[in-house]
Amino acid sequence: MKTWLERQRHLIDFTLASLARRKTRNLGLVAVFALLVFVLASVMLFTHALRHEAKAVLRDSPEIILQRLVAGRHDLIPPGYLDTIGRIRGVQSKQGRLWGYYYDAVVKANYTFMVPPEGGIEPGTIVVGPALERERGIAENNGISFRSYNGQLFAFTVARVLPRASELVSADLVLMNEADFRAFFKYPADHYTDIALSVANPLEVRNVANKLANALPDSRPILRDEVQRTYASMFDWREGLMLALLSAAILAFAILAWEKASGLSAEEKREIGILKAVGWETGDVIKMKLWEGGLVSLTAFLLGYVAAYVQVFHCHAPLFEPVLRGWSVIYPRFELAPVIDGLQVATLFFFTVFPYMAAILVPIWRAAVTDPDAVMRA
Amino acid sequence: MIELRDVRKVFNEGQHNEYAALSGITLTIEPHRVTALRGPSGSGKTTLLTLIGCLARPTSGRVSLHGRDISGLPERFLTEIRRKTFGFVFQQFNLIKGMSALENIMLPAYPTGRPHKELKLRAASLLERLRLSHRGGAKVEWLSGGEQQRVAIARALINDPEVLIADEPTANLDTALAREFLALLESFGQEGRAVILTSHDPLVVESAAVHRVVDMRDGMVVTR
Repeated sequence: MKTWLERQRHLIDFTLASLARRKTRNLGLVAVFALLVFVLASVMLFTHALRHEAKAVLRDSPEIILQRLVAGRHDLIPPGYLDTIGRIRGVQSKQGRLWGYYYDAVVKANYTFMVPPEGGIEPGTIVVGPALERERGIAENNGISFRSYNGQLFAFTVARVLPRASELVSADLVLMNEADFRAFFKYPADHYTDIALSVANPLEVRNVANKLANALPDSRPILRDEVQRTYASMFDWREGLMLALLSAAILAFAILAWEKASGLSAEEKREIGILKAVGWETGDVIKMKLWEGGLVSLTAFLLGYVAAYVQVFHCHAPLFEPVLRGWSVIYPRFELAPVIDGLQVATLFFFTVFPYMAAILVPIWRAAVTDPDAVMRA
Repeated sequence: MIELRDVRKVFNEGQHNEYAALSGITLTIEPHRVTALRGPSGSGKTTLLTLIGCLARPTSGRVSLHGRDISGLPERFLTEIRRKTFGFVFQQFNLIKGMSALENIMLPAYPTGRPHKELKLRAASLLERLRLSHRGGAKVEWLSGGEQQRVAIARALINDPEVLIADEPTANLDTALAREFLALLESFGQEGRAVILTSHDPLVVESAAVHRVVDMRDGMVVTR
């Protein structure tokens, strides 16, 4: 065992010395390879963190949202629907919601106006999201006016600004009193935008949705799971789009790394011949070169991954954020919770380090099995 | 000690460029003696050295070491015998550039798994014996031809081999350095090592340090 360990130590010593002797080539390889890992890991880490964030946010959302459709378009919920739902078994609670969009010509952005289900907002006041605070330069107790769709001007006082922690979903939010909302949008009394339902038994959600669709045929129940899936697909799609856009560059770098890694120089072949002639076994030579490849690819993988982590979670992913997060005039500013998916790391490792090792193995094996007498004739 | 019986070595066998480098060599190499293989270029001296030193296998015939037939052994066993029994000094020295003299000397001992400290001490003592201690840390490409040869000799001795094999050892040396090499040869003989070398340099083959000269021509031994 001790002899085996010493042998490995000698091999590693020789490998490190060998890497140092070809500094420029190996540093170039590490740089190209690390860049490749950096790009892939950045996209993966960012989209995974976004998916995680969206999931966390949606965790507290209602199990079912019921919308009414007219000619396939979203329409207001008329009076009586809440009573009909009340008779469906399995529904724990139901709540008519009021919300809508408002286009602010001043900053050329859309806001979401909403009446919070728990109420608690005084008439004439609003609670705004952090992006609105930023874009319109407003703060608590400031006055702000919005012109409604019929041209009437409404003035409000900002009672509070929502915390930044919730910015992913509250960036463009304007919360107001129900009476103010109905007056601003000229919303008919007892009509709602949609209905939020909670279901006691999670296994019953789909059954309740079917009962709702039967009882109210002009309505569309939207399940929380479906929303989560839609978000996941949207981020998957963006991740795919980003990777497709980068594929040419990724491929070019991959080919460069492959080409550099898989070619043995005449000097390296000569060295292998010398080592064999002085008593190294073919296995020793292959092990030494595998150590070399392993050190290069692992160093590059770690460098690339750590750089991607720093870029995504500490520098807010300036390189990929605009594409991966979405397109909007008002961008939410939020801190992504650093999440690493083990499977994702393993996948990236498998598709970067393994091809590299495969690339170096064949030429090394070919050089290592040549007869050692060749060195006598050099 | 080393016995060759009717040894043939054919390159590119069965192809249009088939070439017989050695034909029917029968030879015995004695221990503790310096044997020189002499002959013109293409006479098969180097090929014979590669067979004796387990760097290659014969096409036919037998090579035995201490009475054990080694001509048909798999590569792994041949490598082990090569490492333990033979030390090589190549014509072009074949040192690894970018590494120090000391590191080059230690290379053949790495697969043995001997402790690093022990190897370093052994390499340093060999350098001292060859009056090269002051150049131990120098990269080999910075050394003169004579110094490089001494590093190559030290490397050949690191595993304390019974047999030292040297291919044209004085081909790249001037007369003074060649004489120095001959002095070393004598000391190896006195230590009980066998030395087998190829040379057509009269300074070497006619030297008192060489106990026996084997003449070769066209892949055959002409005098023993």
